[in-house]
Amino acid sequence: MFAYIARRLSAVLIILLGSSFFVYNLEAYAGDPLEELRLSNDPKKEQMILNLTRQLDLNTPPPLRYFKWLGGLLGGFTGNFDLGKTRTGESVAEQIGTAIPTTLRLVVAATFIAIFLGIAIGMITALRQYSRFDYSITFVSFLFFSLPIFWVAVLLKQFLAIEFNNWLAAAELSWQWVVGIGLASATLWAGVLASTRKKTAIVFASAFAVTAALLTFLGAINWFNNPGLGPIMIVGLGAGVAVGITVLSTGLGNKSALYGSLAMAVFGGIIYYPIQPLLNKDFSFLLLLALIGATIGVGLIAGWLAAKEDRSAVMRTTTLTAVIVAGFIFVDRLMQTWQPYTSNDYISYRPIPTVGQTNTLLQDELMANPDFWMSTLDALLHLVLPTVALCIISFAGYVRYTRGSLLEVLNQDYIRTARAKGLTERTVIMRHAFRNAMIPLTTLVAWDIAGLIGGAIITERVFGWIGMGTLFNKAITTFDLNLLMGVAILTSFLAIMANLFADLVYSALDPRIRVR
Amino acid sequence: MAKKNNIESTDSSAQGNENAIANKETEGLSQGQIVLRRFVRHRAAMAALFSLLAIILFVFTASGIHLGSEEKPISIPGWWHYSITDLPELQYESCPGGTVGCPTLNLVPFTENFGFGDHPFGQDDIGRDYFALVMRGAQQSILIMLIIGTLGGVIGTVVGAISGFYRGWIDTLLMRFTDLIITIPAIIIGAVIGFRVGNLGVMFLGLYLGLFAWTGLSRLVRGEFLSLREREFVDAARVAGASNRRIIFKHILPNAVGVIIVSVTLSMSGAILTETALSYLGFGVVAPDVSLGSLISLYQEAFSTRPWLFWYPGFFIISIALCINFIGDGLRDAFDPRQKRRITAKEKAAAREIKKAAV
Repeated sequence: MFAYIARRLSAVLIILLGSSFFVYNLEAYAGDPLEELRLSNDPKKEQMILNLTRQLDLNTPPPLRYFKWLGGLLGGFTGNFDLGKTRTGESVAEQIGTAIPTTLRLVVAATFIAIFLGIAIGMITALRQYSRFDYSITFVSFLFFSLPIFWVAVLLKQFLAIEFNNWLAAAELSWQWVVGIGLASATLWAGVLASTRKKTAIVFASAFAVTAALLTFLGAINWFNNPGLGPIMIVGLGAGVAVGITVLSTGLGNKSALYGSLAMAVFGGIIYYPIQPLLNKDFSFLLLLALIGATIGVGLIAGWLAAKEDRSAVMRTTTLTAVIVAGFIFVDRLMQTWQPYTSNDYISYRPIPTVGQTNTLLQDELMANPDFWMSTLDALLHLVLPTVALCIISFAGYVRYTRGSLLEVLNQDYIRTARAKGLTERTVIMRHAFRNAMIPLTTLVAWDIAGLIGGAIITERVFGWIGMGTLFNKAITTFDLNLLMGVAILTSFLAIMANLFADLVYSALDPRIRVR
Repeated sequence: MAKKNNIESTDSSAQGNENAIANKETEGLSQGQIVLRRFVRHRAAMAALFSLLAIILFVFTASGIHLGSEEKPISIPGWWHYSITDLPELQYESCPGGTVGCPTLNLVPFTENFGFGDHPFGQDDIGRDYFALVMRGAQQSILIMLIIGTLGGVIGTVVGAISGFYRGWIDTLLMRFTDLIITIPAIIIGAVIGFRVGNLGVMFLGLYLGLFAWTGLSRLVRGEFLSLREREFVDAARVAGASNRRIIFKHILPNAVGVIIVSVTLSMSGAILTETALSYLGFGVVAPDVSLGSLISLYQEAFSTRPWLFWYPGFFIISIALCINFIGDGLRDAFDPRQKRRITAKEKAAAREIKKAAV
């Protein structure tokens, strides 16, 4: 094992050397960084050219210059790490250092949502193979596959931001919308839960009725402009989540898991008021982490107390429920901030922004008068459009992959064996099929996560974020060799490590595969 | 054979009935015929194939074909009366809300202006006919897609086949080289190349991009060759005295062709998106020439006032990519030997009848 990793790592080093040498020379010979200056009419042109030539060391031929650059990179081992300077004299390492958090903020949520939704919907389509639901999702995922992100982005800006903000000014749902959304949700639920014709009809009708009633009710109490959950809703939603998670995790037959997780939902309602003073303006991320830790602790303890047998499964169920219920409380607190946020002068009732990472004017105000919830809500709302766009693009791949993988597993003999020995369908799907179907997905996930760091070039540009993609774009258009190499070496290093990591995880998960 | 079928159809399990139907259908057909038959039966894929052909035909005949340099152009004129360099006057008479250059396309039959009109897709800011621009853009995008797909397919197959068949140091060398190309993110290659050779024309852009678009396929083909070369029929061919060349081309390649075709097809839909993305960023096809991506990039700001400048190129990108994805999916199903055709309720009933009759 260690010999294998060592061998792979040495290969990685050689490949990185080769690829960086290749990119360096490709870029160096492909264009002239002085071209812009040569064409200018500046009287001090000669002097500027000389300066830049000295600064970028252009008199050294590129292959030799590469080794100078490499010396700086390898200096990391002796503590003199140096990726060189950009054309404007800033440190490349620093620029990348500030860009990475931005990019991560942009892509992490989108990736996890896409993976979660993709796997969930992919599973349903596999279990309902050749149904109408399956065909529709297949079509939709092919459509999403074929969408250029810059095109989606423009549509989202128009309909999800501008039009939505316009609508929010009045926040009245016309009956056409209520019926339309109701029908859409009814179709979805009927597709997901379909079995016999009668049952499908019942699901369709009740989903339609519930959605339409809910929308009308929310519209009537002006919920959209003054949202909130409150303790009763938290208990109600929490109970729904508790049942849902129990069904998937242990099955409803396991009473201790069911009661344990229902207790978590009730506990969320009880703790709602006592915890509010803690969630004040001076809330911080450290406190948030502490509370997440406490939530997990409560969940684990509750599971331990509730379980008579099969402790780990029960604890898993209660902890998951506890975390989600705590999430509801968090969301509720953010919703309470909605009203002051939208009525703020800088927002002026247009909460969904089309570009930017944060509202700079609002941030200036918050610098003087910090409010954790305001800045969090601001950051989250700026994430809405890019996240939806990125999700739409990458979601399709996960759906198709999960579907294919799960169908392949479901045709295996051990699934037939599992069914034959009388296991419940839930156990067969979740424990025997799902786990094995997920193994090939590790490769895809690892690659995607690595690709994300350098990947969202177009998204960043369309939505005006300044992350790795913007740096890269700038490097190419201004012939900034050091900057380009800094970005390229990082992205290729991550890609190659993700590959190695995926192989190792794969062999750990699937004992049939051995690394040599 | 008839007797065998008879036995199978009397098999009491439902599985037996399904097998009987499946076997009867493939009786006496070659592998190629079976694949073709499965593909033709895939309704979505066939619809996609015809749509794609129709789009290509429409696009290429509309604007004609223009190749060659500026001094020595090779031009076949199309049936559309404007070219991308014509500057007709901006129309505004019939436009709603004081906009200019709105589309004249009207597909509602029996209304006053039914038909194409003078500017079916409208006009851009300076009056160029948008239909001509979109046709030209679609043509360029399709051309680049085909070049990337073909070149990537050929290089990928050759590299993968050589390294999978010969193994040893050749394999190591080629695969490390493939890893090297893989580590360079595609968009970096595309941008560096596109930014430098974009103005050499679409042919060069396609060629350069194709030179880097083979890595995924070569790994797939290598894996396929590694497993196929250990099979009995290859040993048999070798014992019979076949040369390496013959084994590769006659025995292994036909068995790996499914993987290759499917992968190349699907890579083409990726290629058209890559091209449009590069053109959108300004690294791909550059002015005065246009591609679908550069059109969207040029006119995205106009979306709220003149949305047609944004809808039409997007519509073409999506329909082309969507068609290719469906074709690729149909091909994958057709080539997959484990793929069983869905047995319809009617056929099941028919099989049950046969069974009853036999009993």
